[in-house]
Amino acid sequence: MTTGPATPPRQPPPSVGRRWRWRSQATRGLLWQAALVLVLALIAWYLTHNTLENMRARGIQSGFDFLLQQAGFSIGESIIDFNSAEPYWKAFLVGLGNTLRASIAGIVLCTVIGTLIGIGQLARSLLLRKLCKAYVELFRNVPVLLQLLVWYLLLTDWLPDTTAALRPLLFPDSGIYLSKNGLSYPLPVWEAGHLLTLIGCFAGLVLAWRYRRRAARDFEQSAQARAMFWPMLGLVAASSLAGWMLGGMPSGLDIPQTGDMNLSGGGSLTPEFLAITLGLSIYTASFVAEAVRAGIQAVPHGQLEASRSLGLSREQALRLVLLPQALRVTIPPLTNQYLNLTKNSSLAVAIGYPDLVSVANTTLNQSGRAVECIVVIMVIYLVLSLATAWLMNWYDRRAAIRER
Amino acid sequence: MSAVFTSIPARAAPLRMLGARPWIRTRLFPDWTNGAATVLIAALLAWFLPQLLDWALFNAVFSNDNAACRAVAHDAARPGACWGVITEKYRVILFGRFPHADHWRPLLASLILVLMLVASCRPRCWRRWLAPAWIAAFAAFFLLMRGGVAGLTYVETARWGGLPLTLLLATLGIAAAFPIAVLAALGRLSPLPAVRAACIGYIELVRGVPLISVLFMASFMFPLFLPPGMTPDVLLRVLAGITLFAAAYLAEVVRGGLQAIPVGQIEAAKSLGLGYWQTQRRIALPQALRHVVPAIMNSFISTFKDTSLVTVVSLYELTGALGLALRGDTDWRPFYFEAYLFIAIIYWTGCYAMSSYSHWVERRLAVSNQTTGNAR
Repeated sequence: MTTGPATPPRQPPPSVGRRWRWRSQATRGLLWQAALVLVLALIAWYLTHNTLENMRARGIQSGFDFLLQQAGFSIGESIIDFNSAEPYWKAFLVGLGNTLRASIAGIVLCTVIGTLIGIGQLARSLLLRKLCKAYVELFRNVPVLLQLLVWYLLLTDWLPDTTAALRPLLFPDSGIYLSKNGLSYPLPVWEAGHLLTLIGCFAGLVLAWRYRRRAARDFEQSAQARAMFWPMLGLVAASSLAGWMLGGMPSGLDIPQTGDMNLSGGGSLTPEFLAITLGLSIYTASFVAEAVRAGIQAVPHGQLEASRSLGLSREQALRLVLLPQALRVTIPPLTNQYLNLTKNSSLAVAIGYPDLVSVANTTLNQSGRAVECIVVIMVIYLVLSLATAWLMNWYDRRAAIRER
Repeated sequence: MSAVFTSIPARAAPLRMLGARPWIRTRLFPDWTNGAATVLIAALLAWFLPQLLDWALFNAVFSNDNAACRAVAHDAARPGACWGVITEKYRVILFGRFPHADHWRPLLASLILVLMLVASCRPRCWRRWLAPAWIAAFAAFFLLMRGGVAGLTYVETARWGGLPLTLLLATLGIAAAFPIAVLAALGRLSPLPAVRAACIGYIELVRGVPLISVLFMASFMFPLFLPPGMTPDVLLRVLAGITLFAAAYLAEVVRGGLQAIPVGQIEAAKSLGLGYWQTQRRIALPQALRHVVPAIMNSFISTFKDTSLVTVVSLYELTGALGLALRGDTDWRPFYFEAYLFIAIIYWTGCYAMSSYSHWVERRLAVSNQTTGNAR
């Protein structure tokens, strides 16, 4: 036991409870918030009151029960079967499907074009660099609606009729036709043998995954890195091919036939779909290109030199050092552009592609339920946006540089 | 055995980098792939440019002679553009359904807005009188367009259209959005949870939906929101929609600027005894806004392009007026493409000028940050 001078017991600190005085910050904060909530509630009440009053005066019915009623209009193209006798909610579903179809095709295409143009902007050839720069400046400074209208005009007005449809220059008999009625292309016919191909592909994926795990373990033990990309691709390809051969090599193709008036058979894309996909992806690609360029330029050249001097191969340096750093800069604006593209797909209403907004517009004019239709559009887009934002945050947390 | 010192061979003298040949080598043929790209692009341009020039200039028809236009358009061997459609229709495209005899009024009104825009871009004009000047400009615009005073005939807003409408929607939309955006940005950074929640709710809700749904709302739902018997003008409703939409995006821009201000600035202001509003108005906002001028400019460009969507709710700005001019006219309808190009050039010129300006401001800001040693 230690014997020292007895310290006097410490006084308990004076209680620092909140003092609800008029001049204290806490009081004022609370009052401000109370006032805001009150004002917002009053506005909300006033608007609802007026809306109900107006609806009663004009004899507008309200409620979402109309979703179960018969739609009474048909939709030009859809992924699921739809006819006019089916209810409104299914029409909305068809519209959502079309929105997603155009958006996903647009996102893939704009990523490909944008990446190429973005890299081209940093090429050493002056001509290539200027051409890519010109692309960006040309397409991002014209409203996307105008671009969609121009593409639609070109696809429906300048292309020849089906009887004189354009064919690919190199393979004129491959069964690909481009005309006023859209793009027609051959489609493989589904046979039982294709099932084995799919099984083979799946088996290849499993094998590739196991190879990757094994290579990672070996690397941990012996520090010997193995090639990754080509062996994995080879495994998947070989195993799919084996499945296809086991299935009896089904090769039936449904090739479009030129008739007197129109093409029949095969797969086809409507001019509306082509216009919206092309227009959106070419417009968005100009923004993607800028994001890609910024990402590449954000990695200092010393990073490449340092990784090379550590003995990494060029490919390894690119994969392990440069790309992760460039992607960290590129991915957030890229996601933003994908969201913009999805939201811009609502412009389909201007060229008659039956997307969600277009279906909602028709429904609105038919049923008169304006509030409900607009709420449906907004909620669906909001869910899409919030889901993407959530994914984005998850990626940000994962990709954040972990500092000590 | 000891290593014998042998010097490595001397490096060759550096290549001459001046003159035409090194310029061509480093910029056009630095290596095989880039050289191939150069050759390919040059070949494509050599094949395509003469045809384009021939179509657009040498073989084009510039007078409003419909028969000549049709002839040159159907000439398969050597097609030409029909700019006659613009000679014939430019007044309807630019001014919509405004009474023909009074076209000087929308012209003058557009000029006022363009001049104000140019003036606001000069840092010399970033003074206190800019806000009142804009209010005066909008007042002059409305007087000129609406008429009803000083001997001008009254023209209802339903007949406004074309370029003045595009300019009005973009400038007034952003101008009205600005105060809302500043308040929403301050609210989003506020320590008060209810204020923060309300502002985040507004910003994320609007940013999550497409503009077209906001315009539908302005067109179909706003009349229901107001007391019975009160139906505001469709132009006013659409303006309100565009303002609310632009404000949400602008709020995020302003928030970026506010967050870039060093905390020390705010602490210093507090220790000087400034209150919340004084701190924001005199210390935080002036620095924040200066930083985000390029981003504000980009917002403005987006809004300018977005105004083309109001044609969906039947307001005839440039894109809508074009449809108005050509849809019902079988003579000139085949020449939609040339007309589209015409308004595309108008939009492109405006947007390109503004984005060049925004780059210029960005460089200027970077320089001033370096010289004053400001943290970003």
